[in-house]
Amino acid sequence: MLGFLRRYMRNPAAVIGLLLVLAVIGMAVSAPFVFPRDPLSLAGRPLQWPMDNPRFWLGTDNTGRDIAAQIFHGARVSLLIGLVATVIAIVIGIVIGAVSGFYGGWVDDVLMRVTEAFQTLPNFILLLVLVAVFGSDITFVTIAIGIVSWPPSARLTRAEFLSLRNREFVQACRVLGMRDAQIIFREILPNALPPVIVYASVIMAVAILLESALAFLNLSDPNVPSWGNLIGAGRGVLRVQWYVSAIPGVVILLTVLGVSLVGQGLNDALNPRLRGR
Amino acid sequence: MQILLLALRRLAASLPTLLLILVGLFLLLQLAPGDTVDALIAQMGGGDPAMAEQLRTFYGLDAPVVVQLGRYLLRLVTLDLGFSAIYGKPVAEVILERLPVTLLLMASALSFAFAAGMALGVVAARRVNRWPDTLISTLGLVFYATPSFWFGMMGIVVFAVRLSWLPAGGFEEIGSGNAGLTRVLDIAWHLVLPVATLALTYLATYLRIMRASMLEVLTLDFVRTARAKGLGETAVVLRHVLRNALLPGVTLMGLQAGTMLGGSVVVESVFALPGLGRLAYESVVQRDVNTLLGIVFVSALLVIAINFIVDMLYAKLDPRIVSGR
Repeated sequence: MLGFLRRYMRNPAAVIGLLLVLAVIGMAVSAPFVFPRDPLSLAGRPLQWPMDNPRFWLGTDNTGRDIAAQIFHGARVSLLIGLVATVIAIVIGIVIGAVSGFYGGWVDDVLMRVTEAFQTLPNFILLLVLVAVFGSDITFVTIAIGIVSWPPSARLTRAEFLSLRNREFVQACRVLGMRDAQIIFREILPNALPPVIVYASVIMAVAILLESALAFLNLSDPNVPSWGNLIGAGRGVLRVQWYVSAIPGVVILLTVLGVSLVGQGLNDALNPRLRGR
Repeated sequence: MQILLLALRRLAASLPTLLLILVGLFLLLQLAPGDTVDALIAQMGGGDPAMAEQLRTFYGLDAPVVVQLGRYLLRLVTLDLGFSAIYGKPVAEVILERLPVTLLLMASALSFAFAAGMALGVVAARRVNRWPDTLISTLGLVFYATPSFWFGMMGIVVFAVRLSWLPAGGFEEIGSGNAGLTRVLDIAWHLVLPVATLALTYLATYLRIMRASMLEVLTLDFVRTARAKGLGETAVVLRHVLRNALLPGVTLMGLQAGTMLGGSVVVESVFALPGLGRLAYESVVQRDVNTLLGIVFVSALLVIAINFIVDMLYAKLDPRIVSGR
């Protein structure tokens, strides 16, 4: 574990990523203390440029809401959506991939057909359909993002299971008379997990981007202070007050960058021989 | 010929997938509140329950779900996608009007992303771990993390509003009466920003894949042989390494066809392009379920078609794939 940490810390890109992620977590945690007021309430005169008014150091948007407050509270929304959607996607992916890879045969065929169906559909279009059917409540949006993101993790888990299921330790478990569920989740899964966990960072990055795109199209929950909502709101005043859209965009960029760098750093630290690739 | 057979077999294998998608979506949309008749009546400004019942019988909505599903699938076989209550014409017609714009956008973005990603990946791999590599890899990471719609908006601010070099949106100058080459140039000029926006994320992915696979192929024995027989570095890279390093990129192209179609929803909305993606967005907002289902069907077909082409391309690049079976 210590060796792992040391390898991770020796990689400057991974450290930068970790700092970025920690900064976003810091923003999310401190939001209610730094900006105790409702970030969606009227704070001052609309469209004040950043630095113009010392009270609003990132300025105000076209409805007079404090942009800095929305950025801080938005960090909570984005992180929460990213985390929950990723957990949903990973859990579905692991269960389907594990069962499919462990049993093989017709079970594998059926499950892989379903996975293929999900992969054939453009995930953003499927997301639009889900939102059209179930509405844009923040809970549904998060679940929907999870539902459209699981296929790659299922394939990854399945591949790991295929290579692990006939190893000696699994055969030993069989001889011991363990039940399938026990073998799958207690014995094989821990060995199959590392690449899936690393892939989780990709899912999380994409989940944050998906939510912001949805919010930008006004199809996400308008009652939460999300970064995408703010970019969408700034669209109307893009020609002159471009900062309204620019600021949250930079924050999304840095967050997604941080998450991807951490994922890459984890990958490099777990597979030291592949470094430099 | 063998290539074609192989690709056709793959194509046939995608039919059950398509069926699964359609059945799944049909059942999913049964869960949606309200049906076509509700939408129609809302459009007419209300109506009595007796008429609603009559309309339901007329549209066959009173039948059991399974029967409706069967009818729906039968209609799809004849490419009848139903009628759009919002646009007042058959869905197939609405989609066909919008399809060329999206196809043009996707094809341009894909070619640009692939070519630029390949070139940058090769440069990065040739100078691995030196400053050109660091610069290119960092750029790739930043591009990957940028929300495409935001990049498009900033592009509008810089290139359309500040510099007025490029138009801020639209597919062509409306009412300019352009024809022939002027029209083509006009459309190309309008598509510069959207294509760059859509291509950005994919460029980053191709760049990373290309760099990794170049590095991998460069260590193989046949490269050493090529060098040993006295070939110059450029010849080694272009004739021997590149072709082999292209394979993962081509695979990715098929995998990403779907994502790109999704990305065009956002890009078309940013630049007000009258394409399929924008139609998808509009039909969600207007609850035009028939059109939405039609779009999903067409985009699934599109993804399957692109994968078919990619299979053919793949076999062309690596003959072992065909002979191996």
